[in-house]
Amino acid sequence: MMNRRQFLTSAAALAAATQARADDMPGITAKEIKIGQTMPYSGPASAYGVIGKTEAAYFKMINAQGGVNGRMVNFISLDDGYSPPKTVEQTRRLVEEEKVAFLFNPLGTPPNLAIRDYCNKNGVPQLYVATGAATFSDPAHFKWTLGLQPNYQTESGIFGKHILATKPKAKIAVLYQNDGFGKDYLIGLKAGLGADHAGMIVKAASYETSEPTVDSQVTELQGSGADVFLIAATPKFAAQAIRKSFDLGWDATRYVTDVSLSIATVLKPAGLAKAKGLITANYGKDASDPRWKDDAGFKQYKDFVEKHMSARDLVDSNAIYGFNAAILMVHVLKQCGNDLSRANILKQATNIDGLELPMLLPGIKINTSPTNYSPIRQMQLQSFNGSSWELFGDILQG
Amino acid sequence: MVELFHQLASGLALGGVYAITALALVMIFQATQLVNFAQGEMAMFSTYIAWWLMQNGWDYWQAFGVTVVFSFVGGVVIERVVVRPFAQAPVLASVIVFIGLSFIFNALAGFFFGYSVQSFDTPFDGRPWFGNKFMSAHESGSVVVSLVVLALVFAFFRFTPLGLAMRAAAQNPASARLVGVRVGWMLALGWGLAAAIGAVAGMMAAPIVYLDPNMMGGILLYAFAGAVLGGIDNPWGAVFGGFTVGIAENLLGAYVVGEEVKLSVALIIIIGVLVAKPSGLFGRRIVARV
Repeated sequence: MMNRRQFLTSAAALAAATQARADDMPGITAKEIKIGQTMPYSGPASAYGVIGKTEAAYFKMINAQGGVNGRMVNFISLDDGYSPPKTVEQTRRLVEEEKVAFLFNPLGTPPNLAIRDYCNKNGVPQLYVATGAATFSDPAHFKWTLGLQPNYQTESGIFGKHILATKPKAKIAVLYQNDGFGKDYLIGLKAGLGADHAGMIVKAASYETSEPTVDSQVTELQGSGADVFLIAATPKFAAQAIRKSFDLGWDATRYVTDVSLSIATVLKPAGLAKAKGLITANYGKDASDPRWKDDAGFKQYKDFVEKHMSARDLVDSNAIYGFNAAILMVHVLKQCGNDLSRANILKQATNIDGLELPMLLPGIKINTSPTNYSPIRQMQLQSFNGSSWELFGDILQG
Repeated sequence: MVELFHQLASGLALGGVYAITALALVMIFQATQLVNFAQGEMAMFSTYIAWWLMQNGWDYWQAFGVTVVFSFVGGVVIERVVVRPFAQAPVLASVIVFIGLSFIFNALAGFFFGYSVQSFDTPFDGRPWFGNKFMSAHESGSVVVSLVVLALVFAFFRFTPLGLAMRAAAQNPASARLVGVRVGWMLALGWGLAAAIGAVAGMMAAPIVYLDPNMMGGILLYAFAGAVLGGIDNPWGAVFGGFTVGIAENLLGAYVVGEEVKLSVALIIIIGVLVAKPSGLFGRRIVARV
C-alpha cells in the first residue's frame, strides 16, 4: 500500500514527466501540430502572399481528411509586410506566445536573415525558407535553417555553363535587381563562366524595385554591343525588359530567371511574340502549359485549386510553389511519426531521399541530408517558342 | 548617338506620365495647400477600373470615359466623407489620412484584382508616328495626352467662372465665401478633378510600366519631384518639371551618376529645390500676413 509521501512523490514525478514531455515537444498535443509562418500579405512583395494562402488551404484539406497521423495541423501564418523588423516581432510572437513547433516556409531573403540567429539560438526549426539565396543552405553554421528551391547562384551558374558551351565568344550584358537576389545571379554567372571568362560580362546595370521602369537600363545595356542578355529581375521588371529589348531590335540571346518564367504573369504582359527565344531554367511545371493537361501531378494540383482556392490562382506560379512546399511538409510530418520533438522534426526534414512532388518536372527529386541543406538542386533548361516552354537538354545539377 | 535618342525618347514618354500625375498633385494643392500622398494609389485604382471594364468587353474609349467620370465622383466622395472631417485638424492629421488612404487603395486593388502584373491596352497602337525609330506610338500618344490635359486644366482655371471660383476659394476662403462661392464644394470639386486627372495618368502609365497594385509608387515620387521643381501651385511648372525629371532621370542614370543612384536623383531634386528655391522654378511665393 502506497503511503501519502510515496503517493505525492510519484504524482510529482508523473507531473514532471508530463511536463518534460510537453517541453520536449512545444506546439504539439495529442490532437494538434502548431506550425508558424511569416508571409508578406501586405506591402511591396504581397504578390507572394498567394504562397501562404495556398499552404493554408492545403493544410485545411489535409485536416478535413483526418490530419497527419491523427493530429490536426494548426497553421498560423502572420503578415510581416516583407519588413524584417516586423518578421522578428511576428516570429517571436509565434515562438514565445503561440508556442509553435517550428516555422515553415517563411518568405523572403531579408526577413529570413533577420530571424535566422534567433531560430538557431533557440533551436527552432526554420524549415524550407521561401527564398533562393544561397546563404540559407549552410548546415555547418546554421543547423536549424533549411532552404528549398534551387538557389539563385546555382541557376545562374547553369546559364554561365550554357553560354560557354553555345556561344564561347559571347559578350554578356546583365540587368539585375540591386539587392541580394539580383547580386546572387551576378555572382553565380561569374562562377559558371569561371575566372578565365569573367571578362565576357561587358556591362551590368542595376535597378531598384521602386523605379517605375527599366527601359533606360535596357537601352544602356543594348548600347554596350552585347549579344547575350541575362535578365535577373522580378516579374514586372522582367516583362518590361523582355518587351523593351525586343522593341529596340536588340538581337541578343536572352535568359530570364525562374522567378520570372510564368507565361501568364510575365510573358503575356510582355507580349508572347516578343518573348520568343527566351531561355530559362526551371524545376516546376507551368500550369498554363498545355503539355501537362493530362499529367497526373497537374490533375492533382488542378483538382486542389478548383476545390480549395479560386480559379484565378490556377496559373499563379506562387500557388504551384506553395502546393509543392505544403506536400513536402506533410511528407516530413508523416515521416516524424509520433516523435514530434523539434530535434526529430529537423532530423526528418534533413533526411529525404529522392522524393518527387506532383508539380516538379519529371525526374527532379528532393534530396536532403544533415550535410545537404539544398532540397532542390536540379533544373532543366527550356526555351520559349512563342506559345509555350520547350524543355531541352538533360536535367542539370548546379 | 542612337542610344542617346532612345534614352531621350523613353525619358520623354515617362516624363509625360510624371507631368499628368504632377498636375493632379497641383490640383489638390491649389485647392487645399496640401499634397495628397494617396494620389498615386487612387490613380492606380482607377486604372484597374478601366482594365476591369475592358476585360468585360468594353471598348477602350468607353472604358476611358467611364473611368474618368467614376474617378471624378470617387474623388468628390472621398473629400466629402474622409477628408472633410479633418479640415480643421492640424496638417499632420491630414497627411496621416492621405497615407492611410494610399494603403487602403493598395490593399483593395490587391484584394479585388490580384497582385500579378497585367498588361493594359493603349489606344495609340500600331506603327510609330511620323516614321520615327525611337518612340513607340503609345509613348508619342501619352506625351500628346499630357499636353492636352495641361491645356484643359489651364483653360479651366483661366477662362471658366468655376475655375475662377476655385482659385478664389483656395486663396482667400473667407472673402470667397462672402461673395457667394461655396468654398466647401470647391474643395470637393478640386479632389474630383485631381482624381480624374490621376486616372488619365494611370491609364497612360500602365501600358509602359504594367498594371499592378504598386504601379504608381515610383511614379508618384518622380511626379512629386517634378511638381516641386516646377512649382507646386503652377500647372505649367508642374508639367515642365515632370518632363524635365523624366528626361534628367534617364540621361543622368545612363551617362552621369550611374543606374545605382538614379532614384536618388529625384530625392536630390526635391531637397535641392526646397532648400534653394522653395516655391519652385515657376511657383509664386506666397506671403501670409500673420
